[in-house]
Amino acid sequence: MSKDFETVIGLEVHVELKTRSKIFCSCTNEFGAKPNTNVCPICSGFPGMLPVLNEQVVDYAIKAGLALNCEIAEYCKFDRKNYFYPDLPKAYQISQYDLPICKQGYLDIEANGENKRIGITRAHLEEDAGKLVHQGTISSSTFSLVDLNRSGVPLLEIVSEPDLRSSQEARAYMEKLRSLLLFAGVSDCKMEEGSLRCDANVSVRPYGQEEMGTRAEIKNLNSFKAVEKAIDYEVRRQIEALEDGEEIIQETRTWEEERQITRSMRSKEEAHDYRYFPEPDLPPLRISREWVERILQSLPEMPEKARERLMEEYGLSEYDANLLTLTPDYLAFFDECSLYYKDGKIISNWMMGELTKLLNQKNMDIAECRIKPAALAEMLKLIDEGRISGKMAKDVFETMFETGAGPEKIIKEKGMEQISDEGTLGMIIQEVIDKNPGVVDDYRNGKKKATGFLVGQVMQATKGQANPALVNKILAEKLTS
Amino acid sequence: MDLYELTLHELQEKLHNKQASSEEIVKAVFSRIKDVETKIQAFITLDEEGALDKARKYDVQDHFSSLTGIPYGLKDIICSQGMKTTCASKILENFVPFYDATVASRLKEAGGVLVGKLNMDEFAMGSSTEQSAFFPTRNPWDLDRVPGGSSGGSAAAVAACEIPFALGTDTGGSIRQPASFCGVVGLKPTYGRVSRYGVVAYASSLDQVGVFSRDIRDCALVLNIIAGKDPLDSTCVDIEKPDYTEFLKDDIKGLKIAFPREYFQEGIAQGIKDTVKKALLKYEELGAIVEEVSLPHSEYALPAYYLVAPAEASANLARFDGVRYGRRDFEAENVIQMFSSTRAAGFGDEVKMRIMLGTYALSSGYYDAYYLKALKVRRLIKNDFDKVFEDFDLIVSPTTPTTAFKLGEQTGDPLTLYMNDILTVPINMAGLPGMSIPCGFVDALPVGMQLIGKPFDEGTLIRAAYAFEQNTDYHTAKPDPGVM
Amino acid sequence: MTLSIQEVQHVALLARLNLGEEEKEKYAEQLGSILQYADKLNELDTEGVEPLDHILPIFNVFREDKVIPGPDREEILANAPLVEEGQYRVPKII
Repeated sequence: MSKDFETVIGLEVHVELKTRSKIFCSCTNEFGAKPNTNVCPICSGFPGMLPVLNEQVVDYAIKAGLALNCEIAEYCKFDRKNYFYPDLPKAYQISQYDLPICKQGYLDIEANGENKRIGITRAHLEEDAGKLVHQGTISSSTFSLVDLNRSGVPLLEIVSEPDLRSSQEARAYMEKLRSLLLFAGVSDCKMEEGSLRCDANVSVRPYGQEEMGTRAEIKNLNSFKAVEKAIDYEVRRQIEALEDGEEIIQETRTWEEERQITRSMRSKEEAHDYRYFPEPDLPPLRISREWVERILQSLPEMPEKARERLMEEYGLSEYDANLLTLTPDYLAFFDECSLYYKDGKIISNWMMGELTKLLNQKNMDIAECRIKPAALAEMLKLIDEGRISGKMAKDVFETMFETGAGPEKIIKEKGMEQISDEGTLGMIIQEVIDKNPGVVDDYRNGKKKATGFLVGQVMQATKGQANPALVNKILAEKLTS
Repeated sequence: MDLYELTLHELQEKLHNKQASSEEIVKAVFSRIKDVETKIQAFITLDEEGALDKARKYDVQDHFSSLTGIPYGLKDIICSQGMKTTCASKILENFVPFYDATVASRLKEAGGVLVGKLNMDEFAMGSSTEQSAFFPTRNPWDLDRVPGGSSGGSAAAVAACEIPFALGTDTGGSIRQPASFCGVVGLKPTYGRVSRYGVVAYASSLDQVGVFSRDIRDCALVLNIIAGKDPLDSTCVDIEKPDYTEFLKDDIKGLKIAFPREYFQEGIAQGIKDTVKKALLKYEELGAIVEEVSLPHSEYALPAYYLVAPAEASANLARFDGVRYGRRDFEAENVIQMFSSTRAAGFGDEVKMRIMLGTYALSSGYYDAYYLKALKVRRLIKNDFDKVFEDFDLIVSPTTPTTAFKLGEQTGDPLTLYMNDILTVPINMAGLPGMSIPCGFVDALPVGMQLIGKPFDEGTLIRAAYAFEQNTDYHTAKPDPGVM
Repeated sequence: MTLSIQEVQHVALLARLNLGEEEKEKYAEQLGSILQYADKLNELDTEGVEPLDHILPIFNVFREDKVIPGPDREEILANAPLVEEGQYRVPKII
């Protein structure tokens, strides 16, 4: 990227709150149902229908606001945002205009190895619109279909300050935001299901210039990768345009995943004029400080605190502690496992190593994992007790992952248990010694390395199940006696 | 007297004493409707078969609720499950809701028998019922004259004894003005007293459902049924609801009544001023204390109303886009065209005009000058009332500047028509309860007196109205539209 | 006072109303005269007056986060002008 230009990015993130019912009606807030089956006359905008606010939505908004270090408004209200679109049943969206429920927060990201604080301008509540479905491809279809299942799903729109300076920072912001919201427990933040969505406002300006460049708003960023790639593309496009002496137009662009480009969405027939005005059907909100305090008390441990705790209590590295606190599910797995097994470093190693590897291979979430934390702890104890070797443990772990069975059971079924009985091992070792008098002589004549061959023979005879430490010990005894 | 002429409470008595069956009452009502409806044209939809079925069902059951077996009508802006609800608009000509408005279901649960849906100005925008997309309704007192509006069908049907009572809606006077023109009782409760759920919205911060009846007792009885908290309407307030019949006492000694001088100024017909002044003397005679007061911002209520109401309407009527219900233009090639031509063909002139006005008042660059300014003025209007109510129990004024005008007389300039609302609009702007009761005649046309109360004090309105009614006989006069 | 035809056109587009030429002229005039009437409000000094956006002194009206299944899809779609595969069919969005 050109070193003459500075990139300026602000993100608008829509997050679906995981309430049971929608924001203004009692329809289920559930993803993936048949079209128009999670609907009622209210969320379908029928004549005479009125909104009634779901209390849980407000609780979640306060919770999210606190997780993002926001000020929670003492007074706020809803407004109507007016525009016509077939997936917007009332032709207005109930949103919050001048008095959002949360404002002036921040979150910290890591940028170039340093901590960087990104401002959050505001977070406001609104209802989601429905969905337009095209038949066949967009270009060949002659009509669209409207599915209103998503209409009325509660959204929190979180608007950042234009504090981000690169696509990497934007991604880091998104990851951090997701982590905080997951910890707060207000959303499942699944980008692939659209419960976390992102629009990016991107502009460039010559270094040293105070004034902002003209920005483009990029929509349709459905993954962290898309956020990064679309911004990179857009920055390149804008710099090239400026270097060619062109002007940047303020416009909305969409990210085309297939072509890996941003494309101008056809200029609207009108300039947008949303004609916001106070929603008369909904009385305003007064949020007492007691209410905020109550939500604060219910807020679980946030990732920063958890990270510190892990480093302090278990001596984990910052890197490991960071990874373990990326999602609440990882942390919960770790914390539960550590109830049964004391060495946090070893748990962390297994989680970051084998477990993550297998989850990634299967593209699975830790919440779906068949290994329970207690089972991992049990397996780790078996290693310590010498009943299985570290190498055997990897096989056991894989089987646990696939079948969900406990380690004891797997070891028994596969006959994998390590031979740690001194009597049995003594007999086997004696046999090996008897069969290899030449090697034994070599050893006794000073060739200490000869034990390696003997150990190998013992392992072969036991199909690798002999406890290596014991073998070494008994062998040494027998050879020197 | 014929059954159709009886009031709701008289019918209750007949039913209770087994002097009449519900079937007989409903038949009498439909026979009356057949006699006069071709002249009055109050109904958009009638359901004789459904009503008779219901009446027969009630006749064989033992259980009695407050309305069991009694016929009534609903303004066609109130959604009725399985019965067309058109808002007197072509855009909803064939709309059949699968849900009941809360007021409709409360009347249903109380045992009422829905006779049909009543004509109105399209989407409640108008003061004459001439803005109905289907046909105008006539005033039973003079068929050349309008019944008022927007709830003109409700007022005319009750006045012509087609039904004992009806519900209407009132955003700027749409119950009180037609009640006044037709010589019946019309109550607009406090904003928040009655649920708006299932009532097609015109201006959400002003709309309120209310009652048309031929006497005050009926009004109290119906209010008892429809008032009260509804979890489906966030603005329907959860405060204690009295038994309104408790206020039916002929005693207003010491009641403090104010009459605002701004409501008796030029522009109000002399005959009307005289009639209402005479009524005020009656109140004094009955022991009330009557004093003149000032509501200094009165003249600003109308211009403020005609910004606030259209602004809200422009959003409320945006949902009629041809996607989910109602009429659609199938010729349109793209969505914007479909929206625009569907709406242009589906809405009448006055509706389009108010949508345009409201859109303009909210649009970028004009919001502060028009909409926001109007909201500030609304505050001043409310403050005026609050101040008077510190010292008085009730405010009394004429309901309308004139008696019923002739059809076609006020269809040119919208501003002329809007002036009809000048005495009723301030009450909606302040969210107060208002009632119009018959208080005399000018040139054989009824005159209405407006009673305005403190928020949620419908009781005092009923008490004062009842005392007046008991000591006068204007409410007993009935029009004779002539039988075909 | 009259509005310009361009202003009327802009408002009609925002409001999604197709207007004929005659209608545009009529609305230009009628809207103009109503807005002129509304200008009467400027006689009042409203400096420092709190706009009244909610008439009732009530706050925090909520419902519980409880799911109540909606009506059958057939019922919801029964009034729709054009339905396909359980969805509302509209002209293609460009």
